[in-house]
Amino acid sequence: MSSDKVLLDYGSGGKASQRLISELFIKNFANPELERLNDAAAFHIDGKISMSTDSFTVDPIFFPGGDIGSLAVHGTVNDVAMLGAIPKYLTCAYMIEEGLPMADLERIVISMSEAVKEAGVAIVTGDTKVVPKGAIDKIFINTTGVGQIIADPMPSGDRAAVGDVVLVSGTMGDHGLTILGTREGLSLASNVMSDSAALNHLLVKLVQEIPDIHVLRDPTRGGLATTLNEITTASNVCCELEESSIPVKPEVVGGCSFLGLDPLYLANEGKFLCILPQKYAKQALEIMRADKLGADACQVGTITDAKPGKVILVTPLGGRRLLNMLEGEQLPRIC
Amino acid sequence: MSLKILEQFKNPDLCKKLLDRLDKEVESEIRFMEVCGTHTVAIFRSGLHSVLPEKVIHLSGPGCPVCVTHESEVNAFLDLAGKDNVIIATFGDLIKVPGKKGHCLKNAQAEGARVEIIYSPFDALDIARKNPNDTVVFLGVGFETTAPIIAATVLMAKEQGLTNFKVLSFHKLVPPALDVLISDPETCIDGFILPGHVSTIIGIHPYDFIGAKFGKPAVVTGFDPVDILQALLQMVRSMKEEHPKVINQYQRCVSENGNPKAIETMYQVFKPSDALWRGIGRIPSSGLEFRDEYEDFDAIKVFDLKIGECPSLPGCKCGDVLKGKMTPEQCPLFGKACTPAKPVGPCMVSTEGSCAAYFKYKVD
Ligand code: SF4
Repeated sequence: MSSDKVLLDYGSGGKASQRLISELFIKNFANPELERLNDAAAFHIDGKISMSTDSFTVDPIFFPGGDIGSLAVHGTVNDVAMLGAIPKYLTCAYMIEEGLPMADLERIVISMSEAVKEAGVAIVTGDTKVVPKGAIDKIFINTTGVGQIIADPMPSGDRAAVGDVVLVSGTMGDHGLTILGTREGLSLASNVMSDSAALNHLLVKLVQEIPDIHVLRDPTRGGLATTLNEITTASNVCCELEESSIPVKPEVVGGCSFLGLDPLYLANEGKFLCILPQKYAKQALEIMRADKLGADACQVGTITDAKPGKVILVTPLGGRRLLNMLEGEQLPRIC
Repeated sequence: MSLKILEQFKNPDLCKKLLDRLDKEVESEIRFMEVCGTHTVAIFRSGLHSVLPEKVIHLSGPGCPVCVTHESEVNAFLDLAGKDNVIIATFGDLIKVPGKKGHCLKNAQAEGARVEIIYSPFDALDIARKNPNDTVVFLGVGFETTAPIIAATVLMAKEQGLTNFKVLSFHKLVPPALDVLISDPETCIDGFILPGHVSTIIGIHPYDFIGAKFGKPAVVTGFDPVDILQALLQMVRSMKEEHPKVINQYQRCVSENGNPKAIETMYQVFKPSDALWRGIGRIPSSGLEFRDEYEDFDAIKVFDLKIGECPSLPGCKCGDVLKGKMTPEQCPLFGKACTPAKPVGPCMVSTEGSCAAYFKYKVD
């Protein structure tokens, strides 16, 4: 690109815009549908479709384990896949603050294109806007994804049933602590890394082999605790979690206890939880553990009728307490 | 201390043994208070609250710094937050505490006030350095645990000639508040679990009066379930003595005389003063004000703030909860007009508040 900073011109719709689109976006996101440069994308999907959209505004835009570009792909691909679907196409809209270093933008676009390849999806249409300095913080990315639902019956948040078991695909809180730690420049963050990853291949394997998965969810913002509360409310069941079986990395435990945070409320970007009848638990765990993204998968709880709508945490000493929905953001404590 | 040793303080088998012993040794009903909010949360989060023997009744005390910050002090933050060229620097806990008409720093921020959440008071110095045309006011809320580090920040600011850094000192001291609490004939508490963090600074002797003057047992303890159970057992045993001595269960972190260097730093910058406690009122020598040599850093003087009595929130029973006269669930507003989403009093806002702990963690 001719300039080392993103200028307002690049969003003008004129030559500069075209250069940015062809030399950066089309070059990296290359696929026949996108290259046609029509006003919209045409594609075939048969049967039931899963669709999801999300806007990514993460600060910092680069963090250990990923960046806003790969995150924007992983986040949407995972959401689409959670209905038991094969994600196929993405749209992607960039809102860029004037003055963003071109090198940063390139790094984000390249990382996004790699994430797309890895997930096996195509970006088929997109949009770029450049806004005046100060109007947004560096860069926002919106992605929308569509995919074909292959699970029948389809997993859904309101299908958790008494007698089901709750599985998680790995450790909790890695992404949330990484972002918070990096943002605040805390040295404790040096050995934690975001788990950002596309889970669709593993999920597809799971839904192809297990005949009836009741719920699939990715515990992103609000973490495991919030996601489970949403599910117990929607399904009107109680979830009893064994605290000692929830996997959390020691460095995340350490960082959280230092800051007074709870890893069960921190965001994950490469984990899912799966609620299914007890009889499929072993098989599901085997499938998950055979994939590197599910290597630490384990059973963390069961669905009961003890307190419908609530999540109860059974602590290592056998005590029971609520794991409530979080009110607002988690904030580090005073003393 | 290795992680492995520290893990022992969470050991479930050890906890079960201690619980059995406690059950055997407690003869009749006892009411104990944990003074510190971190203990309150630890008791709930570990599930200890739900497994304690029925005759051991658990009450929370006045040891959450956010909860005891007086309404007039919250109003002072809010007044300052509205001023031009003022940046408020604060720990996160304070931003949702309601002041006048339920207004809080978070609302003020949405209305344009500059409020920065920081993790260390030294970060406030950085903000001051980067904003030479503004005055950065750090909200000095907390107990003996936080005061020394804030004093150290003031010393550093002085050394570096940073004139646009101020501190609003609303620090509180734990022992004088406990004295007032135990003297209240309406409180009936049999023994105290004392805050380990505070004692890392002040040691254990400032609490000698609990045994000597009131004949009640008190144990300084850590925050893991084994710590708390061991402390309860020590408390029960010491109840039998006439003038029980304060016991240090938390020897791995607390030495008898605390941290003299930290105390020296704290008293180099501050001196004891009367302080207003939410729900309790004015307690002599229970706060910290700036010494004259450091008055240039004193936000109260610089901004000529008037901090005085003001009407407490109607219906809120925080005072009774903080004094252990009632449990949060006995407050008529609990879980109805007062929830974490719409808190009436600070005990429902703070992560360490007892009302918030009951609301968040209690199953039945
Ligand atoms: S429930 Fe609310 S109103 Fe009642 S004491 Fe607690 S904080 Fe105050």
